Order: sequence, then structure tokens, then C-alpha cells
Amino acid sequence: MTAERDDPGLEPLAGIDDIPGDAVPDPELSRAEVELEQDLEAYQPPTPRPSARARRAWVRPLVGFVAIVAAIVVIWEGAKWIAGDPWDVTAMLGIPVAISHDPPFRWTPVNNINLPHTWTIVESFFETDANGETLLQGLVGAALFTFRGAALGFFLGASVGLLLAIVLVHIRFLERALLPLLVASQTVPIIAIAPVIVVGLKAGWLSIAIVASYLTFFPVTIAAIRGMRSADPRAFELLRSYAARDRTVLWRLRLPASAPYLFTAFKIGATACVVGAIVGELPSGIRDGLGGALLTSMQYYSIQPERLWAAIAASAVLGIGCFMLVVLAERWTLRNYPPTEPGASA
Amino acid sequence: MNETSRSGSGPTDPPAPPPADVVVELTGVSKVFGASSGRSTGGVVEALSDIDLSIRRGEFVSLIGPSGCGKSTLLRIVGDLTPATAGTVTVNGKPAARARLDRDYGMVFQAPVLFDWRTVQKNVELPLEIIGRSKAEREAKAREMLSLVELSEFTAHQPWQLSGGMQQRVAIARALALDPSILLMDEPFGALDEMTRERMNLELLRIWDRTGTTVVFVTHSIPEAVFLSTRVAVMSARPGRITRVVPIDLPRERTVDTRELERYFELVTEVREGLREGEGEVGTGATPSARVRAEGLSA
Repeated sequence: MTAERDDPGLEPLAGIDDIPGDAVPDPELSRAEVELEQDLEAYQPPTPRPSARARRAWVRPLVGFVAIVAAIVVIWEGAKWIAGDPWDVTAMLGIPVAISHDPPFRWTPVNNINLPHTWTIVESFFETDANGETLLQGLVGAALFTFRGAALGFFLGASVGLLLAIVLVHIRFLERALLPLLVASQTVPIIAIAPVIVVGLKAGWLSIAIVASYLTFFPVTIAAIRGMRSADPRAFELLRSYAARDRTVLWRLRLPASAPYLFTAFKIGATACVVGAIVGELPSGIRDGLGGALLTSMQYYSIQPERLWAAIAASAVLGIGCFMLVVLAERWTLRNYPPTEPGASA
Repeated sequence: MNETSRSGSGPTDPPAPPPADVVVELTGVSKVFGASSGRSTGGVVEALSDIDLSIRRGEFVSLIGPSGCGKSTLLRIVGDLTPATAGTVTVNGKPAARARLDRDYGMVFQAPVLFDWRTVQKNVELPLEIIGRSKAEREAKAREMLSLVELSEFTAHQPWQLSGGMQQRVAIARALALDPSILLMDEPFGALDEMTRERMNLELLRIWDRTGTTVVFVTHSIPEAVFLSTRVAVMSARPGRITRVVPIDLPRERTVDTRELERYFELVTEVREGLREGEGEVGTGATPSARVRAEGLSA
């Protein structure tokens, strides 16, 4: 340092951090420095909560879902405010309020019979029947009963659909011969088919499941045929060069390649099988499921329209639940597949 | 003949066998598209005409030619992925179909054709699974092959997480997993950039040297063909024929410097001339309509 100083050609640049050699150390400053160092040592960066990302992944859609439901409620009640029956509300969800309002217009589709107040529908869930059971309890039980039939129908339909697709992929002439019939089967309204199956098989679980499977198998067959042919033609040549048997090609290539297609069909099937199970209950006289609940509340519609809306809401929730189950299964099954568009979930 | 079939597909074959040891023998091979199937409206297209070629064990033979000359078709005929219309294809002393059933082939395509849902390791294990090897055997062999292509660190990756060059190396490891006596490569580096391609060329030569397998290599790159091969078969189009076979008498040990040898340039020129000759003949020959050509010969 001193040698450099003596050399006039190498005058070091004076920076703000340079400490002159003759400087007396400030005891205050050095203590502060030591403290700072200790602080730095003790400092632990805030560990990001590992689940933060995962949480955000479902929190945002959930917030969006709630916001959309809220918007629907606002539009619903707004229509009633403008053109519904006169409002004379004394209590809302058990909270005493006093709203009196005479809408300027009258429009039948939004009167109290056709479009009951949203809170009336919510309140109806907690009304008790003659047995002291709330409507909510009744609907949850009904939904579980329907879910049983729908789930059984889903697995039945998905299996039949997949097996059919496997057969059709391997026997080409059968594909051309059978596909028009399959398409025809789907154009016949399920409401017409249901009594045939239910009466033919005797009312019960199995007949409900078969009606549900009737709606599920078709999308699965179509998607599976497409999916099993979706692989690179060279992948088939590769397996041919290994002298692989048809069964090997099916298990190692066709089925794995069709998985993303299959799950798209399973999602359609998951909602369709709920519809199928409900429709299957209607002609069977079984009153334990959502079909029965819908039928009962339809009969009381002119007196208690909110009960039908409650049953509709229960059916919708069941459909969403089934769909979500498929989405979860898809996430797990396709975890090693190339990611699709970022953020896509369905 | 008998000796050839006996020493057929074993991995223990000596790397430098006697020159009489013929692996592939093509005699009078022709391929006509649209002859049997009624779907082609434009009539018959002669893709390959009267091909004679014999490839000895341990050779590295490149098929080069303009697009549509049927070089890929010829490779597929050797590999029994498509039948020849006429002529005989003998591989390891037996018909090509028999050789395929005996798993004598390793195939590498222009695209890696890896299975997305399998890890890199499991992709290499695939052929071993198909022939029913035990789990332990499969894992050991796949690991060995992946270390040969220097991808040992990526065994647990999914193929779509790797670069194009790495994916193609996985495909090569998979093709070698069964110790094939003949490796068929259909423009394997055609989709890679020039830098990666040259690196892969060196890599392939190293692997070829280590395994001593016979390679039939389809390419449309003259430098690549000359750099890699022991012989280059130059083809012309419509109908596809082998117009010239250029023996590559470069030193067996090829390095980056090989590309700067004078002999290398001479050979590149010779192959180029061979290609030009073939082109000249095309102009005079009667050609089917362009539409039919595109339909039939694009493979």
C-alpha cells in the first residue's frame, strides 16, 4: 500500500470505502459493525411456505367460482327487484330484516313461483319434514344414493366403451359396421330407453347403473378409438421392428397414448352418468335418489318452488363433484405426460 | 451361408469379422407403389428398381440420394417394415421377416419416437420388456446403454424434458438395447442443428466402434455420409436405383480433423458428382405425374 503511494504513477483511486491508514477506529462504529455481523449471521431468510404455490393453484379458481355465483345471485335478485313480485321480506337466512319494495314492472318468468328468492332456496335446505329430517339431510342422502348408481354406471360404461373401442380398433370392418348403430343409440332419447331397461331388468340399482352407463360409454368409445390411433406411426413401426404382439402394442402403446383422450371422455361421462342415474330413477319408482327428490318437489312446485330449486342445486353439486373426481384421477394418471397449456385444468 | 446364420445376432460377435461375413444381401429388389391397392388413383409408381447391395458385418453403409429416391423405402424393406415387390432380402442368412422376428434389428427414426409417459430409463427398457427380460436384467442393460450414450444422469427424466439431441441419443440407446446385429438409421440427425449434428456424428462413430454393429444409415447430407461411412451408396430417383457405390478409404479413426483431410474433400466431391449424374438421367426419363410422385414416394 505504502509502496504504491510512493509511486506517483499508481495513485489509487480514492473511493468512499477506502479507509485511510491513519484513521483512528471509531469504537461506536466497530461495535455497530460487530452487531450487524451477528445480526446477519442470525438472520434466516423467510422460508417460503412450500404449499404457497399449490394453495394459490386452487384458491384463485375458488375465489373466481364464488364471485361468479355471487354475480348470478345479484342478477337473479336484480331481475326480481325490477320485475318480480312485491318484496315483503321480514327475515333472511334467520336474520330479521325489513325490506319492502314494489317492483315497477311485472314479468312472469321472475315471479316468486318461477324464480324464488335465493335465500328462500337456501332456507328450504333447513326446513324439517314430518320425520324431523331437514331437506338438506334428505338431499345429501339422495345424492349419495344417486352417486352410487352413477359411479357404478360410470365404471360399467367406461369399461364397455373402452372394450368396444379396443375391438373396433383391431377389427376395422366392424368399426364401419357398428359405429352407425352406436351413433343411433345416442340419438334415441334416454328418457325413452330408461323405462325399457328399468322394466326389463326390474327396478333397482343395476337398472339405474345401466341407464347411467348408456350415456357414458359412447364418448369413451369415440375418444378411445381416436386416442389409440393417435400415436406416431413410427412408434408402431418401432414395435413392429421388435416383433411385438398386438397385445403388447395395445398395452405399451395404444392405451398409454389414448390416456389423455380417455380422460376428456371420462369428464363428459362423469356428468352424463349423473344425468343417466337420475333419469333411470324416474320410471323405476325408486324414491331414494335425486330422481325421486326431483319428482317429489316437482309435484309441490306450485306451493313450494324452492324445494325443486334445492333439488336442482343438489344435482348440480353432485355433477361437479363427479367431474372433480375425474380431474383428480387425471392429474395423478397423467403426471408424467408432457404438460398441456400452462394453467389448463379441464 | 450356414456360418453366417449361426453367428447371426449374438452380441459376442468379434468386432472385426472376415470380409466374407455378409449381413445384408439385396438382390434385384424392386418396390412398386399402388400396384396391389386400388386406392391410388394415379396408377403405379416404381419407387425402387432392381437394387443389388451386399453389406458385410461391421460395415457402416450410408444410402444417400435426392428426396423421393426411395432410400427410406429401401431401409424399410431391409427392416421388413414394408415388403419388397420383387427380389430377395437376406439378413444374417435368412429372410428379412425371419430376421425381424429374431429381433436382429435396431431402428432409429428421424424423430426420436420416445414414449412420453415413460422415463428415459423405461424407454430404453421397452425392447427388453417386450422380449421378456427380468426386471434386474432390464435395468442393468438400460443403464449400460444410457451410459454408452452419456445420459446416465438423465435416467429419471421424462423424454420431453430433454433437448432434441439428447432425445435422439436415448433413441439410439434403445435401439442398441437388444444388441442388434444391424442398426437401421433413417435420417436420425436430420432434425438437429448443424452443431449438434456434428457432435452426434462423432458420438455415433464412438458407439459403432464400441459395439461393432453393422449400420445402414439413410441421409441426405453428403458430408455426413462421407464422414461416417465405410461405403456410400449413391441413389438416383424415379425409379430409385443405386447409381454408384463409393468406398470411403479414410482412416477408420475419424476425428474432427478428418473433415479437413484432402481425401475427405475428394470423396465429398465424388459423392456429389455421383448425385449429379443420377439427377441428369432423371431429366430424360419418363416420369409419372408430380401428384403421384408426392403420394407414393414421400416415404
